[in-house]
Amino acid sequence: MIRFFNVTKSYARTGTAVHDVSLHVGKGEFVFLTGASGAGKSTLLKMIYMEERPTSGEVRVAGTSSVTATARDVAKLRRKLGIVFQDFRLLENRTIEQNVGFALEVIGAPAAVIGGKVGRVLTQVGLAAKGRALPRELSGGEQQRAAIARALVNDPFALIADEPTGNLDDRATRGIFQLLREINAQGTSIIMATHNLELIRRNEFRTVEMARGQIVFDSAVPTVQGERTP
Amino acid sequence: MRRAIRDVLDDFQRTPLLSALSITTIAFSLFALGLFGLVALNIRQALEKLEDRVEIRAFVAPSVTPEDLAQAANDVAAFPEVQAARIVTPEMALKRAQSELGEFRDVFEGAVLPGSIDVQLKPGQRDPATVRRVADRVKQFSFVDDVRYGEEWIEKLYRLRNIAGIAGLALGFAFAIVSVIIIGATIRMAVLARSKEISIMRLVGATDSYIRRPFLLEGFAKGVMGGIMALILTWIAQSLINRYVIETIFFTTRVAVLGLLFGALIGLMGSAVSVGRHLRRI
Repeated sequence: MIRFFNVTKSYARTGTAVHDVSLHVGKGEFVFLTGASGAGKSTLLKMIYMEERPTSGEVRVAGTSSVTATARDVAKLRRKLGIVFQDFRLLENRTIEQNVGFALEVIGAPAAVIGGKVGRVLTQVGLAAKGRALPRELSGGEQQRAAIARALVNDPFALIADEPTGNLDDRATRGIFQLLREINAQGTSIIMATHNLELIRRNEFRTVEMARGQIVFDSAVPTVQGERTP
Repeated sequence: MRRAIRDVLDDFQRTPLLSALSITTIAFSLFALGLFGLVALNIRQALEKLEDRVEIRAFVAPSVTPEDLAQAANDVAAFPEVQAARIVTPEMALKRAQSELGEFRDVFEGAVLPGSIDVQLKPGQRDPATVRRVADRVKQFSFVDDVRYGEEWIEKLYRLRNIAGIAGLALGFAFAIVSVIIIGATIRMAVLARSKEISIMRLVGATDSYIRRPFLLEGFAKGVMGGIMALILTWIAQSLINRYVIETIFFTTRVAVLGLLFGALIGLMGSAVSVGRHLRRI
């Protein structure tokens, strides 16, 4: 479903961000992507939703290849992916309902469909009562729930979350993580970049660790000792 | 399209100050262009009026018969460059000289001035070379004693006309470029003000053409509104100049509509360039 084939990504100014990475994420998997800042996690995620294209190698996501995809193909791919960021990226001048509906609006969904779907996902993320609120009226955890609702409203096959709990306190982090688990339990693959080792240790999900642009550990790949040591 | 129109209206509502600033900037840069256009138009009109006075005067011998003179005038009138050829008898020449000389009208007594055929050329045929060519042909009539057409004056007039034309084109082009740059920068501000929205649209799968549409519509609308404002300002300026300085003419309806379309086109182009650049960068 998501495959990296010997992918390298280099920038003219900052050098190589990802070096010769090969990776496969299957349907319904939950994958933690971890590593120090600058290890290449965000670049790897950006290549999944094709905001960045590899300098060499290929990324294939649900049949879309980074080598051949046109701008329109990328737009279509993103309709099947949910993307969540640490800074929520909500539109401040729109209500939560409008923010969530925005993802459907821009792909031309009819108003009647938008209303129904927005209500459903807001209930799913626990924000049914806050649909009319503006983002600034919500806590950080609630804003992230709204961002997740926006990512879910198109029924994506995978959710790409780049440090979704980075700005949240422990309690909100637990709440968001629980929500992601529930989403995963319904069959949506989740790739979550995080620095939160505690979260990784407490959960038995696949963990991929990056350092200096390379994958240095993948719990799905048996090591010599057969240990899982992120 | 309905969504794009709603987006434009929403944007005007959400950022009224920025929208007003954009429209005002477009209006003033087009106003500067309009004022320049007005000056160019009036200079051109003044030169055309001067050109109307370009005339070839063929003085004829006193011995020529009225029949020969009439025949010659008809022949000259048939030249393709000629608009009209008029016979001026010695009496008419005296009357004209007396009216032109005013208080010195008594200088002439009797029919001392020669008769002539006065030749007026068609518009577009009044350049020095054509005037000289027609004068040479008229001179070939045996009873024509002399041909005068103010050669030096015509050459000066044409030099002035050419200079005015080239300066007008160069300045007009410069003004248009400045307008495009200012309008482009103004629209870029509007694009930057919505950069977060654009990046989110992209992330959730909106196509570039979908993202572009409301910006293009907005640029077009701002261009038209700025154009209307500029037209009103130019009209007010022209009315004030007419009242207090000098009689001038205003643009024809066709030129005014073209000006509006130019504003709309600049708005559209400015938006296309700004949003295109932004989309390439994010």
